[in-house]
Amino acid sequence: MSANFLVRIRAALLAILLTAAFVVPAQAGPFEDAVAKFANDDFSDTDEAIGAVATSGNPLAFPIISALQDGRLSADPDTKKVFVTGSDGKIIDAATGAAVDKLPDGAAAVRLNNRLRRTVEAALGGLTLLSPDPAKRIAAAQSVFKSHEENALAVIDGALAKETNKGAKAAFTEARAAILLYKADATEVEKLEAVAIVKAKGDQEAMALLTGLGSDVPPNVARAAASAIASIQSNLAMWSMVQNAWYGLSLGSVLLLAAIGLAITFGVMGVINMAHGEMVMLGAYTTFVVQEVIRTRYPGLFDYSLLIAVPLAFLVAGAIGVLIERGIIRFLYGRPLETLLATWGLSLVLQQAVRTMFGPTNREVGNPSWMSGAFELGQITITYNRLWILCFTLAVFVILLAMLRYTALGLEMRAVTQNRRMAASMGIATSRVDALTFGLGSGIAGIAGVALSQIDNVSPNLGQSYIIDSFMVVVFGGVGNLWGTLVGAFTLGIANKFLEPVAGAVLGKIAILVLIILFIQKRPRGLFALKGRAVEA
Amino acid sequence: MLTQLTHDITTMSRRRWLAATAGLVLGLATFSNAKAADDTIKVGVLHSLSGTMAISETTLKDTVLFLIDEQNKKGGVLGKKLEAVVVDPASNWPLFAEKARELITKDKVSVVFGCWTSVSRKSVLPVFKELNSILFYPVQYEGEESERNVFYTGAAPNQQAIPAVDYLMKDEKVKRWVLAGTDYVYPRTTNKILEAYLKSKGVKQEDIMINYTPFGHSDWQTIVADIKKFGSAGKKTAVVSTINGDANVPFYKELGNQGIKATDIPVVAFSVGEEELAGIDTKPLLGHLAAWNYFQSIKDPGNEKFIKAWQAYTKNPKRVTNDPMEAHVIGFEMWVKAVEKVKSTDADKVIDALPGIEAKNLTGGTSKMLPNHHITKPVFIGEIKANGQFDVVWKTPGLVAGDAWSKELEGSKDLIGDWVGKKCGNYNTKTNKCGGQGS
Repeated sequence: MSANFLVRIRAALLAILLTAAFVVPAQAGPFEDAVAKFANDDFSDTDEAIGAVATSGNPLAFPIISALQDGRLSADPDTKKVFVTGSDGKIIDAATGAAVDKLPDGAAAVRLNNRLRRTVEAALGGLTLLSPDPAKRIAAAQSVFKSHEENALAVIDGALAKETNKGAKAAFTEARAAILLYKADATEVEKLEAVAIVKAKGDQEAMALLTGLGSDVPPNVARAAASAIASIQSNLAMWSMVQNAWYGLSLGSVLLLAAIGLAITFGVMGVINMAHGEMVMLGAYTTFVVQEVIRTRYPGLFDYSLLIAVPLAFLVAGAIGVLIERGIIRFLYGRPLETLLATWGLSLVLQQAVRTMFGPTNREVGNPSWMSGAFELGQITITYNRLWILCFTLAVFVILLAMLRYTALGLEMRAVTQNRRMAASMGIATSRVDALTFGLGSGIAGIAGVALSQIDNVSPNLGQSYIIDSFMVVVFGGVGNLWGTLVGAFTLGIANKFLEPVAGAVLGKIAILVLIILFIQKRPRGLFALKGRAVEA
Repeated sequence: MLTQLTHDITTMSRRRWLAATAGLVLGLATFSNAKAADDTIKVGVLHSLSGTMAISETTLKDTVLFLIDEQNKKGGVLGKKLEAVVVDPASNWPLFAEKARELITKDKVSVVFGCWTSVSRKSVLPVFKELNSILFYPVQYEGEESERNVFYTGAAPNQQAIPAVDYLMKDEKVKRWVLAGTDYVYPRTTNKILEAYLKSKGVKQEDIMINYTPFGHSDWQTIVADIKKFGSAGKKTAVVSTINGDANVPFYKELGNQGIKATDIPVVAFSVGEEELAGIDTKPLLGHLAAWNYFQSIKDPGNEKFIKAWQAYTKNPKRVTNDPMEAHVIGFEMWVKAVEKVKSTDADKVIDALPGIEAKNLTGGTSKMLPNHHITKPVFIGEIKANGQFDVVWKTPGLVAGDAWSKELEGSKDLIGDWVGKKCGNYNTKTNKCGGQGS
C-alpha cells in the first residue's frame, strides 16, 4: 500500500516535471518573453526585445530582426502575439515559428525610430557575420566597423580564421581593428596595429572612427591616431579636388542639356525665347504621364519608362514648338523686344495651363533602378543619375551636331541662318525650315526635361529655374555656336563648383554672374565668336 | 535705344492691343461677378494661385473655401451666410498689398485669411494697419513680430525649432549641428535663434555649420558632400533644415543617392510636410524627421473626421492634409467664435474679443489665442515613413505657448506682445515702455 502510494507520488511528480519541462519554455521562456515585448508599442521595450532576441541564439532571431528592419514584423496589441511576414508573403508566429493563415485585424507593423534602426543594423551585422554570401558578410563587417561592438569580437576572430574571400577578409580585419581600438583592455601594441589598419582604410568613416577616439588611450596610440588623421585628411583633401571637378562636370552637363535647345532657337535662329524653360517643363510632365500610364497598366516596364519618355517628350515639346513658331513667332521676326514679351507671356500661359491640368503641387517622377544609388570611386561618391545625365547630354550633343552637319535639314538650317535671301533663292522653303528649326530646339528642350525630372521637382515652376542659366551659357559660349555652348556650360559648371565650397552657394552664384558680365565686356560675342558675314546679317 | 523702344510699341498693331484689353476686361468682369449681397459676411482669401508659391498656397485657398462651406451648412455666422472672396496675388509681393487693399476697401471683407511667405506678410501689414482689418496668418514663421491686426496661427520658433533641437539633443544625442536653409528672412532668423540656443546649451562654434542656398537650388552635390564630411568627425551629427519647399526634393534625392541614411545623419525639416513629400519617392528618406504642430497620421477622432470631410470636399480620396491647413482650421473657428461672442464683425470688437478664445485643434487638444496674438500648440516630431506620411516619435507633454519675441536673442528677450493689458506689440519688460527695440 505504502509502496504503491510512493510509486504513485513519484509518477505524479514525474508527470508534473515532464509537463513543466515541455510546457513552460513554450509559454514563458526568455526568448518568447522578449518577442512579446515587440507588441508593447514602446520604443524602449522594442530596444530590449531586439537585444534579447539577437543574443538568444534562436534560429528565428535572424528572420525576426530582418523583418523588423523591413517593416514586415507586426504585432497584435491585444493578444501580445507577434508575427513575421516573409518576403514571400508567408506568415509565421514569431515566438513559435508556426505558420499562420492571416494576420489578426488589430495587428500593426512594429514601429522603429532612428535609435532603434541603428540597434537593428548592429544586431543584424552580428547575425549575418557568418552568412554564406560574401557580400552579406562584407556588409555585416562594415556595420560592425561602424558600431565597434565588443560582443562581436569573438565571432569575428572565428570568422577571420576560416575566411577565404579576399574582400570579406579585409572587411573583417578592419572591423576587428575598430573593435580593438575602442576596447578598454586591448594592449597598446594591438591598438597601434589597429590604428595602422584603420589608417590604411583611409576614408571618411575611418577618420570618424579615429577622431571619435577619446582621450583615455595611451599617449602613443593617441599620437599615432593624430598622425593617421592628418594623413587621411591630406589624402581626402586631394580627393575633394577630384570630387569638385566631377561635380562641376555634372552641373555643366545639366546646364548644357538645358541650354542646348536654346542654342538652336536663340543661338542659331536669333529668337529670344523666354518660353524655353516651359518646353523643358513639358518634357518633364510628359515623363510623369508616361510613368503614370506604366504604373497603372504595365508595372513591369517601369525601368524603361525614361526610354519611352524621351521620344515622346521630343515629339510633344517639338510639336508645341512648331505651333508657337507658326502661331506667334513668325510674325515677330526681326523684332526682338516684341518676341521677348510675347514668349514671356506665353511662358506664363503655359505654366498656368499645366497648373490647371496637373495641379500646383509637385508630381512624383520615380527614378528607375538603374538611375538610383551611387558607387564609390576612390574616395568620391558618384551617383548613377548624375553619371547617366552626363552620358545622355553628350549623346544628345553629338547627335545634334551630326544632324546639323550631315542631314539635308541640317544643311538647310545652316543655309537659312547664314543667308536667308540666298537660301530662299536657291529654292529652300525658308519658313518651313524656320518652323522645323524652332521645333527641333523645343524638342531638345523637351528631352532635357526628361533628364531633369530625375534630379529636380516636377512642378509648373521647373522651367523658370533654368531659363536664366541657359541664356547665360549660350551668351557666354558665343551665340550661334554649339561648341561654344558645350565649352561654356562645362566652364560655368566647374567654376561654380570650385567657388561653392569657398564662397557658399549664394555668393558663388553672384561671383559667376559678375565674372560673366566682365567677360562679356571684354568679348561681347562670347567665347567662340562667329566670324564672317553671318555676324553682320 | 529708348526712342527705338517706344517706336516699337507704338507700331505694334492696334488691333492686338484692343484684343488684349478686351480679354483683360472680360477676365475682371467674371472675377468681380460675385454679387454683393448684404445678407452675407464676406471672407477674403489672399493666397497665391499662380507663380512660385502656388504650389503651397493653392491648398490653403481650398481649405478656407472648404471651411466656409462647412460653416454655411451649419447655418453660417450670426444668421448670415459666409461668402468667400478669392483673389490671386500671383506670388508677387507688392501685388499682395494691392490685393489686400482691394479686398478690404472694394469687397469690404470682414476678415482675411492669407499669406505664406514672411515677405508677403510684411508687405500687407501697412494695409491692414491703415484700413484696420484682420489677417489670419497660418504658416510657421520666424517670430519677432506681434501686430494688432494680425493673428498668427502658425508656429513661432519656440513651437517648432527649439523643441526639435531639444529632441535631437536628448534622444539622438546629437553633438554636431548643420543648420541648412534657403537664403531669406525665415531661415536666417530661425538659424540665428537656434545658434544662440545651441551655444547656450554648450555647443561649440566649431560644431555648428551654417549653410545658405538660393531659392529653388537644385544642385546639392557639394553641400551634401560637405555635410557628409562634417558628419564624419566622430560625433553624432544632425541637419536642421529650413530649406524652402521647392528646393527640398532635389536635396532629399541627393541625400538618398549619396547614401546618407537617417540612422547616420538625421535631417529634421521645418518646411517639409505631407504636401511636399507627395512629390518624392520616400523610401530612401525613411527615418528623416520633421517638426510640426500637426500630422495627418495623428490618430484622433477630430482629425479623422476632418480628413474624411476634406477628401470628400476635394473629391480626391488621396488628398493629403498638412500643418498650415490645421492652422487655418483653428484660426477660422476662433474667428467664428469671436464674431459670435461680440455679435458683430466690426474689426475693433473682434480683435479685442479674440484673445482668450479657445478652439479645438485636430490633434485632440484645445488651442487658445494668447494676448500676443499667437496661439498655444502641441509640438510633434515625426519620422518619414515609406508611404509619404509621418510617424510621430515624440511630442511635447502639453501645449506650448507661442512667443512673439524670441527669448534667445539679445535684442528681443525682454520684449513681449500684449494686446490685452498693455495694448502693445513690443512692450519692453525691463524699461516698462511700449515701442522697445523691435525688428
